[in-house]
Parts: sequence; structure tokens; C-alpha cells
Amino acid sequence: MEQLLQQFASGLANGAIYACVALALVMIYVSTDHINFAQGEMAMFSTYISWQLMSWGMSFWIAFILTVIISFAMGVLIERLILRPLHNAPVLSIIVVFIGLLAIFNSMAGAFWSYLIKEFPSPFPKADFGIAGVIGPHQLGVVLVTLIVLGLLFAFFRYTPLGLAMRAAAQNPQMARLVGVRVDWMLALGWGLAASVGAVAGIMVAHIVYLEPNMMGGILLYAFASALVGGISNPAGAVAGGFIVGILENMVAYAGNQIEKATGVYIIGNGEKLTVALIIVIFVLTVKPAGLFGRVVVRRV
Amino acid sequence: MAASSKKWVLGAIVFAVLVPLLQPVFPDVVSNYRLFLVSTMIIAAIAVLGLNLLTGFNGQFSLGHGAFYAVGAYTAAILMDKLNVPYWATIPAAAIVCFIVGYLFGLPALKLEGHYLALATFALALAVPQILKYKWLEGLTGGVQGIVLMKPEVPFGLPLSEDQWLYYFCLLVMIVLFWGAANMLNSRSGRAMMAIRDQYLAADTMGIDTALYKTVTFGISAAYTGIAGALSASAIAFVAPDSFGIFLSIKFLIGLVVGGIGSLLGSVLGGIFYVLVDNSAQSLTQFIRNDLGLPFDLSAYTVFGVLLIAIIYLMPMGIAGGLYMAYRKLRGARA
Amino acid sequence: MAALLEVSGLKAFYGQTQSLYDVGFEIPMGGITTLLGANGAGKTTTLRAICNMVRTDGTIRFDGKNIRGMATEEIVRQRIAHVPEGRGTFTTLTVDENLRIAAYTRKDKQAVKDELERVFVYFPRLKERIQQQAGTLSGGEQQMLAIARALMLKPRLMLLDEPSFGLAPLIVLEIFRILRRINEEEKVSILLVEQNAALALDLATHAYVLETGKVVMSGPSDVVKNDENVRKSYLGY
Repeated sequence: MEQLLQQFASGLANGAIYACVALALVMIYVSTDHINFAQGEMAMFSTYISWQLMSWGMSFWIAFILTVIISFAMGVLIERLILRPLHNAPVLSIIVVFIGLLAIFNSMAGAFWSYLIKEFPSPFPKADFGIAGVIGPHQLGVVLVTLIVLGLLFAFFRYTPLGLAMRAAAQNPQMARLVGVRVDWMLALGWGLAASVGAVAGIMVAHIVYLEPNMMGGILLYAFASALVGGISNPAGAVAGGFIVGILENMVAYAGNQIEKATGVYIIGNGEKLTVALIIVIFVLTVKPAGLFGRVVVRRV
Repeated sequence: MAASSKKWVLGAIVFAVLVPLLQPVFPDVVSNYRLFLVSTMIIAAIAVLGLNLLTGFNGQFSLGHGAFYAVGAYTAAILMDKLNVPYWATIPAAAIVCFIVGYLFGLPALKLEGHYLALATFALALAVPQILKYKWLEGLTGGVQGIVLMKPEVPFGLPLSEDQWLYYFCLLVMIVLFWGAANMLNSRSGRAMMAIRDQYLAADTMGIDTALYKTVTFGISAAYTGIAGALSASAIAFVAPDSFGIFLSIKFLIGLVVGGIGSLLGSVLGGIFYVLVDNSAQSLTQFIRNDLGLPFDLSAYTVFGVLLIAIIYLMPMGIAGGLYMAYRKLRGARA
Repeated sequence: MAALLEVSGLKAFYGQTQSLYDVGFEIPMGGITTLLGANGAGKTTTLRAICNMVRTDGTIRFDGKNIRGMATEEIVRQRIAHVPEGRGTFTTLTVDENLRIAAYTRKDKQAVKDELERVFVYFPRLKERIQQQAGTLSGGEQQMLAIARALMLKPRLMLLDEPSFGLAPLIVLEIFRILRRINEEEKVSILLVEQNAALALDLATHAYVLETGKVVMSGPSDVVKNDENVRKSYLGY
């Protein structure tokens, strides 16, 4: 029973990470109709930036906040400089550009910081507390930090005029222009926010998966699964999807483990995590493309 | 094909056949290593052609063709390792297996368009190494360790080195496959494939069985790339899961984009190109470190990434298309 | 009377296709002007051209300043409000958000609140539905919301594209009454594009008739109304 709870708790922590990356993906998708294949590598790059800042002597949280700000600027710049000129380009061109960005971020991280695996610190105290044994302090911290970030984002979109303008620009760009919203800038801001949220996810997960240029590959796949489960155009759904997928992932591994214990037959375990995510992605895309909470969008032909 | 371009292709083939024979004359220029390198370029060209058939001629995206390459490579490796099948017989076997796998993947892909198909295939590419490590398959695939193979032996007592023979074998496969692709594209079916790419609804209402064409194209495309995988297993004499990750698929994409989307000749150029960059990255890095004194490792992927973006901006038709346009401009200027 | 908007030599293109040829007209300060014409005559295109939503050539002067070629959102910030055809509300946002979005650049919260109250004087029905999603409103209410939102921009000129489209006659009358009040009380000049020529000519002081991308007739509404061709083609008697 305790093992099950442990798996559940670690599912929550993973889910929080997936939720952040999925939300970043969805934020860009709803406003531009593009799937940012470089989202994971951008987050990885941000994590290296925070590592660099810390190795220059900054404390964890100072580096965290600075990194979030730098990532925001990075996202805005990428949108303005690279994607803006292509906004009428065919889908394939955009996808190619994203893959190009992926390759650049990955190889630049390797070039600047080498491909050697690095340890990444946890900012949370190692103290024992009541529910110790079920959820570790870092896991609990991850869930709390991501919930705070998601809450702040939600409040920003829900209650501030700028957040409202961004939502309007995403929903109907032409109409938004007609009420004076500078839509182009809203898209750039959306990119900035997405990059920031991704950075938070990277910094939080690096202690668990260790820091290396390919650390986000699997997480990005899970984030895709989460975004799809929640409905790719539904931000709240993406967050819910993140937690669902995170818990599901751990439950599947747990079930596989129990089956192996009981019958001696290995079916599925931690080694099949990406395969599980792949199956979720293809299953949702083909069977329930609107996700669990999404609306079906009628396509015009 | 116009008579003049037929002449060119023939000339190129004759040249390619003669080159290894020059080895005794120019031993330093036509080294075994160089021949091996050209073999890997040929393999790359076939893999890129496979992707091009799907994306360039049928309009379906794939960021996961590394998966089919892996299936081809593993099919060949397992047949050779477990059943002692000769290397040349693994090529048709890999083609059949990959056609079936590609066809099956093409079925759910029918429901997906543009971004979503890219997403599904991207997810596939990310998951491939892990699938190859699956415990139940370990007996066959050798798990993380992979499978070590023998290099193809020179048959009939021909007076050739292993690398020379490998080169001829790859060349032969490539010629057959490109000839097949050119004929297919020139046929009714080929025109239907391209009609689906250009005008999906129109093709559908014109009575083309779009679903069948799309899935079969997926199968053929996978078979081509799978054959390349099988060849690579023979050439490198080794397969292991981690060489079939997302970055392999990215290499195919760079070959496709650099060479030109929807161009047969471009697939060859694209294949040559990515192998060339991949192989010169190390010497470039040494140049940067030692001669420029910069503490910076240049990876081939930095070059790939920058090029992918630059080409989309500057030469959306790829190198082949860009050269063709430049050629036409020159001709136009002269006339 | 000085002209608020002067359009001359206006051409518009969708891709390679030209859909306006040398359109010219003037909108007097404080007046209501209507553009009449059959389907495809270029009425909607003219409105879109003013807001730079299509590729254009020619001059468009607003309050003496050439605004042609400015970005749509900058033109709107010159206080030109465009109510597009098909209503164009943000369907997933609430009524309240739909209205506030038009005032999002303004810092003064109290002023925005006052503005909302003023708008609700014309559209009391919207006040009752303030927290409802715009997509759940009836067609007439959505049209009112679109006009109310335009009003939130404190416009000097309002461009209206087929406000009667698809609405019940009683609702249309109500909306047109409100438009007249807005014109008189808020001193908002109006450029109205309307299929329902009789209604439009009753409301407007000036009228222009467009045919295949050109102005073929213009004058005070009373004169246009009594023109035989207009009567036959657009009024149906």
C-alpha cells in the first residue's frame, strides 16, 4: 500500500512537470496553431542557464528568477526574429524551423556545457516530516512550485487587461486587431511566457533526471501526451492532462511491477515509459482528437 | 525524362562504376575509407528518398523515419545473426517488413494532417530506442548491447576489397531503387500520389482512392528507408538502439530539406550533404579549438539547425531547386 | 461641414484579384453615411480597406491625416471602430471581457467602469448577461455586444457592416434606433453598409451606391432614395 502511495506521489511530481511543459505547448498552439517541437530543448537550455548562474555563485532562487526572466526574453526574441517573418509560410516550413531550433539548442548546450551529466541541486530542505516515506521533500516542493506558477499564470490571464488581450488575440486575431490589440506583440509575449513556464519545468525536473542536453526528450513526449489528453487547445485541460498522465505513467509501472511479482512475467516497467507515452499520443490523436476536455473543432475545407 | 537528362544520369552511373577501379592509379584519392564514406552517402540518399516519396511527393509529414530505418536495420541484423541469412537476402526481407510496418502506421496517419502527423511521428522517433530495448525482444535485439555482425564478403572471388564490394553493392541497390521510384512517379499511380499532395479534396472527388494511396505510399516510403537501414546494418556491421533516436530522423529531414522537397536528384544531394557535414564536424571543431582558439565544440547539429532555418528563408526549394532556378536564370540572361 | 473621412482613388486587392477600382467618398463630421450596392459590389471590402485589412492603394484621410497603410490596430487607436459582418464577438470570453478588451490600454480603472455604465444605458440587456459567455447570446444580443464594444473604444467614426444580417425585424428596428441615438448623443459619425437599403436610407443622411468596385451614384439620402434606378435595383418598387 505504501508503495502504491509512493508511486502516486511521484506521479504527482512528474505530472506537475508535464503540466508545465504541456501548458507551454498549448499556449503557443492556441495563439499560433503551431506545435513547438523545440519546447523541450528550450527548457533544457534555460536549465543550463540557471546552472551557470548558480555556478557563478548565485543562490538557487535568485538564479531561478533570473532564468525565468532570461527565458522570457529568449522566447520573445525567437518569435520576433525567427517565426514572425514566416507567419504565412506553409506548415512544413514551420515544422522544419522548429526542428532546426531543437537541433541548435541541443547542440549549443552540448557545445557550451559538454554532454557530461551534471548534478543539479534541489532548493528544498532534506528534512523529514510527517508524510516522509511517501513523498520526498523535492517532490513536494516541485508540486508546490509548479502549482504556484500555474496559479500566477491563471490569475494573469483571468484578471489582468494584458492577459485578457492575449486571450482575445489567441481566439480571434483579426477581431482583436479591430479593438486595438497589438496582436503581433501578444504572440511574442505568449512565446515568452511559454519559454518561462518551460524553464520552471526544466529547473524543477533537473534534480530528478540530472542535467544533460537530452534531458527533456522524454519529458517533451509526455508533455505532448498530456496536452493531447487535455485537448490541445485547452490550457486548463493541459494542466489536468499533465497530472493524469504523470499518475497514469507511474501506475502503469506499478501495475507491471506487481504483475511481475505475482506471476514472474515481465510485461511493462520503467523501461517502457516512452512507449506508453507514444501509445497515448497515437491513441488520443486517432480516437479522441479533442482530448478528454476539449471541444471538437469543425474544420473548414 | 528528357533525353538530355537521361544522358547525364547514364554518364553519372558509368562514372560511379569506374571510380573504384582507379584505386591502383590514385591510391590516396580513392582510398578504402573514402569508398566506405561514399557507401554511407548512398545509404543516406536512399533513406532520404524514402522520406521524400512520402513528404515530397505525397504531402505527408514524417519526423520519425528513423523508426523505419531502425526496423530495416534490425530486420537485417536479426536475420543475419540468428538465421544466418546472407546479407543480400536481407534487403528484400527488410523491404517487406518495413512496407508492412509503414502501411500499418499509415492507417492511423490517415486521420492526421500537418502538425498532428508531424507530432505522431515525432513521438515515434522519441520512443524508438526504448522500444528496441524492450525486454521481451532482448533475445532477438540484444537489448542495449545491440548486435555485432560480419561485414559482407566479396563474392565469386572477385579481386575487390571489402569496401569496394560494399560500394558496388550499395550502388546497385540505389540504382534499382531510384529507377523504381522514377518509374513509379511517372506512372498513373505516381500522378495520383502527387494529386493527393496538391489537391486533396479534388483528388478524392475525382475518384482516386486517397486512403489506399496514402497508406501504400507510407508503406513504400518506409520500405525505401528500411532498405537503407538494412544496408547500413551490413555496412557498419553493428546495430544498437541508441543510434536510432530522434536525431537520426532529423538527419533525414535535413537531407530532405537541403536536397529539395519533391526532387529525386535532391535526395541524392541531401544524403551526400548530411553525411559530409556529419563527418567533417569533428575536423571543424578541431579547427575552431586549435586554430581559432575558441573553447567551443561545433556539433554537426548546430550546422544542421542553422541550415534548416536558413534554407527555409533563402532556398525553400532546397539545393537542387535552388541550382535549377539559378541555372534557368543564367540561361534566361544569356538568351 | 468638414469631412471626417475622405477616401479617394481607393483600390483594394485580394491576392492578385482587384476588387475596388478608384472608390472615392467623404463622410461628414457627425453624420450617418451609407454605402449601398449588390452582393460583391465591394461594400465590405471598402470597410476592410479603411482598416487596412486588405491590400490597398489610394488615399484615406481621417481627420486630415493619411491613415492608409497603418496597421489595423493603430488605425483603431485613431478612434475608428469597425463592427465587422458576422458580428465578430469573442465567443469564449464573457460579455464583460468582450467589453473591457476594448479599453485594455487605459490605465484609469474608474474611467473604464464609468464607460461601461454609459454603454449599458444603450444596451441594458447586456448588463443582465454580463457574466455570460458571448457565444451563448442570441444573434441580436451578439450584434448589440459588438456595437457596445465598438462604443467602448470611444470612437469618432463607427464602421458598421450589415448590422441587420440574420436578425428578426423587431430586433433590427431596435438596433437601428440605438444607432441613431449613439450618433446623436455620443457625436459618433457612422459609415453603414447595409443590404436592407430602405432601412439604411431612412437612417442615413448621405448615401453612396457602389457597383462592381466603383461609386456610381452619391448624394443626400432623400435624393438617392427617389432615384429611379436605386428604387428599382435596391428598394424593389
